[in-house]
Formats: sequence, C-alpha cells, structure tokens
Amino acid sequence: MEKNLSDLKKGERAYISEINVDEIPLKLLEMGCLPGNFIELIQIAPLGDPFYFNINDSHVAIRKETAKQIIVTLEITI
Amino acid sequence: MSKSTIKVALIGNPNVGKTSVFNQLTGLNQQVGNYPGITVEKKQGISKLSESVKAKIIDLPGTYSLNASSIDENVVIELLLNKNDEDFPDVAVVVSEVENIKRNLLLFTQIKDLEIPTILVINMADRMSLKGIEFDIPVLERELKTKIALVSSRKKTGISDLKELILNYESLSTEPCLHASVIDPDYFNNLRRAFPNQLLYKLWLVITQDVNFLNLERNEIKSSFTKSHSDLKRLQQKETIKRYQFINDTLKIGQKIDITKASDLRAKLDRILTHKVFGYLIFFSILLLIFQSIFDWSTIPMEFIDETFTSLSAYTKNHLPSGEFTNLLSEGIIPGISGIVIFIPQIAFLFLFISVLEESGYMSRVVFLMDKIMRRFGLSGKSIVPLISGTACAIPAIMGARNIENWKERLITILVTPFTTCSARLPVYAILISLIIPEERVFGFLSLQGLTLMLLYLIGFGMAVLSATILNYFLKLNCKSYFVIEMPSYKVPMFKNVALNVIEKTKAFVTGAGKIILALSIILWFLGSHGPSKKFDNAEAIVATELKQNNTSIDTEILENKINSYKLEHSYIGILGKTIEPVIQPLGYDWKIGIAVVSSFAAREVFVGTLATIYNVGNHSDEEVTIKNRMAAEVHPETGKKVFNFASGISLLLFYAFAMQCMSTIAIVKKETNSWKWPLLQFIFMSGFAYVTALVAYQILK
Repeated sequence: MEKNLSDLKKGERAYISEINVDEIPLKLLEMGCLPGNFIELIQIAPLGDPFYFNINDSHVAIRKETAKQIIVTLEITI
Repeated sequence: MSKSTIKVALIGNPNVGKTSVFNQLTGLNQQVGNYPGITVEKKQGISKLSESVKAKIIDLPGTYSLNASSIDENVVIELLLNKNDEDFPDVAVVVSEVENIKRNLLLFTQIKDLEIPTILVINMADRMSLKGIEFDIPVLERELKTKIALVSSRKKTGISDLKELILNYESLSTEPCLHASVIDPDYFNNLRRAFPNQLLYKLWLVITQDVNFLNLERNEIKSSFTKSHSDLKRLQQKETIKRYQFINDTLKIGQKIDITKASDLRAKLDRILTHKVFGYLIFFSILLLIFQSIFDWSTIPMEFIDETFTSLSAYTKNHLPSGEFTNLLSEGIIPGISGIVIFIPQIAFLFLFISVLEESGYMSRVVFLMDKIMRRFGLSGKSIVPLISGTACAIPAIMGARNIENWKERLITILVTPFTTCSARLPVYAILISLIIPEERVFGFLSLQGLTLMLLYLIGFGMAVLSATILNYFLKLNCKSYFVIEMPSYKVPMFKNVALNVIEKTKAFVTGAGKIILALSIILWFLGSHGPSKKFDNAEAIVATELKQNNTSIDTEILENKINSYKLEHSYIGILGKTIEPVIQPLGYDWKIGIAVVSSFAAREVFVGTLATIYNVGNHSDEEVTIKNRMAAEVHPETGKKVFNFASGISLLLFYAFAMQCMSTIAIVKKETNSWKWPLLQFIFMSGFAYVTALVAYQILK
C-alpha cells in the first residue's frame, strides 16, 4: 500500500518508492533517502513536526513538508 | 624513498568520533587556527609514527559527502582537489563508525575516486558485540581496495595499527572503487576527450560544486559542459544510488549483523528524552542546573583569583622601586589582567556543559524538540545550538549557525544570537549583582543572586526570540526551508575530548580578550595619570590653597584623597568622562562608569577591568582592597549617595544585557552575512534599545 511519508504512523516500517528530487536536499539523498531503501518512523516531535526516521540505518529528523515529497510502500506484515 | 613527514588528512562524517581519533593520534601536540580568509577552524597536529617518521595530521571539518553545502565542507573539497596546496595529503584517512558504516562508505568511495591513497578507519569497534555486528575485514579490504584499521578511540585500541598503515601508505592502491562515469557515459566520454589530462571525477566535482578551483580552468570547463541545476541534481542522485548499490553489495559479503543481539539504547533513551512532557522537563532542568552551578560553583575560585591579584598589585607597588613603570604595572596591567582571569572558572564551566551536551548526542534531540516552536519565531530548531552556545561566546555561536540550511532562518539566528548572555557579560553581571542584590536564599536553598542571574539569562533569550519575531515579520526573503539533522547514537562523553575542548576554547577566549584588555588598560592608565592642563600638574597646590581659603584643617589621608580625585578629574580621562556625562547621566551613571561603558564597546568584559584601573589610579593608599569593595564604597561627590545603588545597578544590568558591545561579534557578523548592512543594523538596534530600556529603568526606580 502506497502512502505519503508524512502519513506514516509511529513505529511503522516502509520502503521508499518515489522521491521528488527537486524538493529534497541532496544531503538527505546522501544519507540514504533513495528509492528502494527501508524507512521507519521512530518519533514525531511533540507538536507534530518534525519527524524522526531511521532511513537505511541513518537516524535523521526532517520536517513534515520534506516528508510530503516522499512516497513509501508499507512493509507487508504477515 | 619514504619521507620524514607524511601529510595526513582526517576526513569523515560528523558524529563518528573523528576528533577522538585525532586526539588519540596527536595527544597534546595540536594547534588550532583558521583557514586563510575564512573563519573555518583548522586543526592540525603532529603524530610520531616511528623513530624517524612523523605525520602531520589535519582534522578536516565533518562532511557527509564531497557535495559541499557549507563553507566548512568546501574546505574539504578545495583541499582534495588542489594538488598544489601545501596541505594536500599524501594519504587520506576516512573515519567511519561501526553503526553507520553504510553512509560513511559513501564519502569513502568518493575520495577513492579522486585516486588519493586512502585508509579506512572503523571507529567505535568496542560497540560491535553490543550491536551484534561483525566485519570480514579481508573481504572489505579487497572490495574497497584499501586497508582497514579497527579502532576504538574510547578503549584506545587500534591506534598503533592505524599508525602502521599511515607509515606504509605508499603500498595502498589508488584504484577507484567505482567510476562515476557510469551514470552518464556519453557525457563523461565527451568530458574525457576535452580534458584528457584531468581526473574525470575531479572534473565532475568542479562542475557540480561551487568551490574555488583554479578559476580559469573552471570557467573553461563550465562553459562547454554546463547543465541545468535540476539535471545536475538528477545525475548526482544517480551517482548516489550507484554508490549505495556498490556499498550494499560489498557489505552483503563483508558484514554480518545479528539483529537479535542488538540492544537499542538509543530507542529507549529517545522515548524519554524526546517525550512530549519529560523531554521538555529534562531540557529545562539541564538549563537550570547549568545556570545555578555557574553562579554557585564558580564563586569560590573567583574570589580566590580576585584576592590573589589584589595582593599581587599591592606587593608590586610596595616592593618595586617607585616610578612610572611600577605604577603602570600595579595600577594598569595587573588590575586589567585580573579583570579577565577572574572569569576563567565561569567560562570553563560553560564550555564544559556545552561540550558534554554536544558530545553525548543530546543536543540533536533538543533541536528536534524545539524546531516547531522555534519556527514560529522565524528560527530553526538548529538555532537552539547557537542560542545555547551563545551563552559562552557569540562568535563561535554565530559560526555554528552555518548548518542551518534556510538562509532566512540562518540570518535571523545570526542577528539575534548576540542577545543571549555571553560569558563576557558574566563578570559585569556578577559584580553588579553582588553589589545590589542581597545575599539571601529563597526557600532555603535557591540563592537570590543566582536567581537574578538566571532572570538576566531569560531576558536575553526572551529578547532574542522577540526580535526574531520582528525580523521574521519584516524580512521578505524567499527561501526553501530544508531541515535535515542527524540523530547520533548516545555516547558517554570522553574525558579527553571534553577536557581538550574546554582548555582550547578557554585559552582562545582569554588570549583574545586578554590582548584587548591589556591594551585598553595601559591606555586608560596613561589617560588617567596624565593631564593636559596646569590644573593636573599643580593639583597639590590648588587643593591646598582651596582648603586654606575655607580655613579648614584636615588630616593628611583625606587631603591625599582629595588631591587624587582632583587629579583624576583633570586628567585626560576625567575630561573625556565629563564630556560624555550628559549622555549617560539620565541612565544613572557617573563619568567613571561612563568611561567603563564606552570602553566596553570594544568588548564587554573590559568593564570591570576599566573600573579597577580608574579606581586604582585615583587611590594611592597601600591598602589591599578588592575591586568589589572599592565599587561598593564609591559615593557620589555631590549627593553623597552610593554610585552603585539599586536603580543605577539595574539600569547598568539592562544596558549590558541588550547593547551590542563587542567588536569581534560585529566583525564575524560582517563575515558571515558578507555585508556591512546587517552588523550595522544590529549594532544600532541593540544599542539603541539598550539605552532606552536603561533610561526607563533608572527613571522609574530612582
């Protein structure tokens, strides 16, 4: 199931399926935010923004507006 | 033939313990300076590799890749692209760490593409079993075409292996791991044909980066091979994907992870430290602890220093042959220096706390917690780091704003950071508070003076936030708001790193401020002990005649004091002070405080030293009196009221809280914003605001 990264729930794991390259800083790509890599939402800051992810083993926080530029596919749980 | 000095560049991501490795390699043999023309810190050190061979090690700024996004990161690329640079490394040491090896290898493969001999250090090896990670070193060495040193800078293991590898750097392969040209073969083939003598990857970096690279060549390359920004970025993304594919393939055969063994301390701690209630509670308790301790713990060494210098000054005066030089020493230089030495304890404490917060990884969590709140004021969560480290000194704090991606947020941060209470304000606050606030305790344990100090810190932060809001409203800048911050794993701070950092920062601060203070105190002493007119030279006679006319006879001590204050009034400094008096009188200051305030525009911490010098010049008795006692005893000659009373004290505190009194800060703001417009605006706004608030406060309280 595809959804926007900003709609991920705390603790959910997914795979990145699509990113909007023009709106995403290169630094984030270099940290492993690339199609195919796994991503897990670890924590949402108390006021609903920013988001704290584990992307491809990098622990990174980004703002909601950046997260909106990333489409993910939920990991299928059996 | 091997050389006697091997040049080594330490390169790595932030938070991998690069500096610990540097400290282990060089010990105390290091020096910190700046890169020419820019304010990026340059750390160098010497490491002894064998009896005859040394290594000169440069600790380059942390970077995630060779695609620079700040001037700190530019330094790395500019050095690696310029073979003619005197620091161009014979060998590059890429420091990575056990947990983030994947991401660290990205930078590693880029550097390999530059065909520089490269050693890979895997740091924090002591965490491997904890994380259930195992490496097949021979396989990794083969795939990555390098030599690997497993290092634990915490357990001090692997450093000798690393030294051995550096010593034998000539046997390292310079073959790249993968070729960037695979991302667009046609484009790169054309590039190769046009510049057959250049390294392809180097050309690619020159095209994509905004770095200083032999300008002529750069223009030539750019003109024929330029692409749109968006196309370049797509290619860079492609490059990154290719590199990660290679890295994933390599790690698949060279690394084993047993997830069941991994204990995730980070996740547990994060649950508490970024919690919506506990997160903020913990953060504010830490702040409270810092401020309470700075005021309470540092008083003991500070009093000791104050007394030592006072007796030293008296000792010099009594034991050296009297004359101009002795006066200069005992009245100018020694009190001046004591004015700076006295607050070493407080600065050291501040730097200690800040470096522990940074080293432990906690600072990133604060950034995460505060981002949404800070954005409301036009700041970024990352502004919290400059605002907190601004409590030590605004200069490194303003430089620390470099990692804020959004220009508007960064500019506002730079402009408001000087409002935070820096350590130069501390001695001013400390002495004024001790003069006007009684030494009492609230609820039996909170010192009233400590609380006042904390209040001043809060006022500083409040003012920073308030002016940020105003700036946010008026500044019309359109910037993309990027925000990426790494949340590193938690670490117990290493004593050596923290200690070296505290020593180095304190030293830089004391010598920097010390020079200004020394020069100023000499000038002030001269201006105070010399005068232009006959009135100054004939002070004794004039005072004596005046007394005779009034027919009053007084004892010699009072006579001497009268003569001295008459002299001071007619010295250069007295004349200067009297000239500015009309401007500062409404704020409740006499001309002596006025001189101290004016000289503080060079640097705030000069205040106490200036007063010490002025009072010393005016007092020739041999008694040992501390600066504080002298200030407390000072009375207004006409009204007979204390000069440092509650109203004038509060007025002074507020003036120092808000005024932009620091040349170095103005200089750094000019450098960081690349224009005079911002520092001038900042200066006028801050100092104007300071004057008005001090005026209002005094007029209400007097």
